[in-house]
Amino acid sequence: MSTDAAGGTQLAQLSAFPANGRVTQVRVARSEWRKLWSVRSTRYSLLALIALTIGIAAIAAAVVAARYPQMSPRARANIDPMKVTLAGVQLGQLAIGVLGVLVITAEYSTGMIRASLGAVPKRLPVLWAKAGVFGLVALVVSIPSVVIAFFLAQSLLSSHPQLHLAFGAPGVARAVIGAGLYLTVVGLMSVGIGTILRSTAGAIATFVALMFVIPPLMNILPTSWNDTASPYLPSNAGQAVMSLTHGANTLAPWTGFGVFCAWAAAALAIGAVVLIRRDA
Amino acid sequence: MIEAEDLTKRYGAKTAVDSVSFTVKPGVVTGFLGPNGAGKSTTIRLILGLDAPSRGSVTVNGKPYRDHPAPLHEVGALLEARAVHTGRSAYNHLLALAETHGIGKQRVKELIDLVGLREVSRKRVGQFSLGMGQRLGIAAALLGDPQALILDEPVNGLDPEGVHWIRNLLKGLAADGRTVFVSSHLMSEMALTATHLIVIGRGRIIADMPMDQFIRAASKRVVRVRSPEGAQLREALLAPEIEVIDIEPGLLEVSGLTAAQIGTAAAERGIVLHELTPKEASLEEAFMELTREDVEFSARNEQAERDALGASR
Repeated sequence: MSTDAAGGTQLAQLSAFPANGRVTQVRVARSEWRKLWSVRSTRYSLLALIALTIGIAAIAAAVVAARYPQMSPRARANIDPMKVTLAGVQLGQLAIGVLGVLVITAEYSTGMIRASLGAVPKRLPVLWAKAGVFGLVALVVSIPSVVIAFFLAQSLLSSHPQLHLAFGAPGVARAVIGAGLYLTVVGLMSVGIGTILRSTAGAIATFVALMFVIPPLMNILPTSWNDTASPYLPSNAGQAVMSLTHGANTLAPWTGFGVFCAWAAAALAIGAVVLIRRDA
Repeated sequence: MIEAEDLTKRYGAKTAVDSVSFTVKPGVVTGFLGPNGAGKSTTIRLILGLDAPSRGSVTVNGKPYRDHPAPLHEVGALLEARAVHTGRSAYNHLLALAETHGIGKQRVKELIDLVGLREVSRKRVGQFSLGMGQRLGIAAALLGDPQALILDEPVNGLDPEGVHWIRNLLKGLAADGRTVFVSSHLMSEMALTATHLIVIGRGRIIADMPMDQFIRAASKRVVRVRSPEGAQLREALLAPEIEVIDIEPGLLEVSGLTAAQIGTAAAERGIVLHELTPKEASLEEAFMELTREDVEFSARNEQAERDALGASR
């Protein structure tokens, strides 16, 4: 360590600060890209997302294929091959949701947020960069995962022509790709929730409540209320896009997905407002 | 140049910084001194725009910090609380900050060498000692080649070599013509590096003056007198405004008189003196004298303040 010399003269020998050195949105995005990939939780969560989405689809398809010959006609009629194929999305969304929360709350729990906002004191570029970079990564990981899950599950179900879904059949590609889009928006909404709440535990609890706990609880409401409100809950609305069947109490695929995007946009917008207003 | 004008920050019922106005000039090291909880860290957070003032304003090089296109080129800051993701390596931490301003890898690597972290730069920061964490914070502060540096308690946790290094670094940066603003709760540390001093207590500025003037103003002159006839001497010296303290039999400490005046008084009465030593109160004593009330206040109210802070967050 050559630490014993006058600081000023040492500094003069360093590579100069660049002449065009200033904060831009693209540079903040590059910084967030590095932040995302330089902590372990990113790889672990994304591996969990891939493993759950593909693994659970494979298990579900294998179980259905093995039991199909013994099933009653009624039970057979109840099997929705698209649901089997996308069974892993239900747990996969937990992995992407937790990672989306951590992208921002880990900065608060470690104090990193002070360095981040110190470098970018206008603050909003940090949130947009986080959402943009993470959304892109979530999309690039989710789409192949659900496509692989689809073809793997379909190959396991291939012994039963009744369960076969052609990728080109009406609605099938939309449902599969839609599942990938759904996972991406789950991640974006979690970034918003994390920004609003700042605490990892609080944000994950809120995410789980919103996506997993509240939807079944709606059944305790009077039926007419439940039927009116339930389709607009984030998970129900968002999953309309990954379903081939639509009843009276579900939204149309892209309408539902639009409602879900509005939830995510609201979470990010509230996050943006509080990020600007609050002390860091 | 850092200029604060009527800067005020309240957290709920507690006023952490109370109508503070000061100017930190380039070219010298300015010490920001105050007991723990006096408002130093809050003031620094206000300068950096991490907290919004309840009233008043603060500018850096003529503008609010957040309005600069290249903030890290204006101010480099080391905050008291750690501001590093513990799971990231030092290299990636610095590079991520550098990238927001388009600063290249080369400068990051050179700064890692400068602060002496080369061997551990790929290690996760969570494994760093307090001193290594401080060195990393200083590297981060220097990333943007800033015109002004704000360092909150920079010597905390540093080994003696590191402390020595920091002092030289700060003096060198000031000699470059940069603005250097360093907080500490230790007067002795300030005395070795700062040439100007701003003292804060209970959220208010108590003193803002050149270091040597502060030392003169704040220190009480005491003369140590050893004499076998202590009792007579005490009698001879006693007067209003003059304090005589018995340290031990035959040893007095006199304040309010010069050594010459005491010597003359003793000679006039034929009192034998064995020692006559003018003693300047140490800086630490001067500082404690100045902020005594504030420390007492903060000790009494620590719990209440914590409650108020908790309620407002």
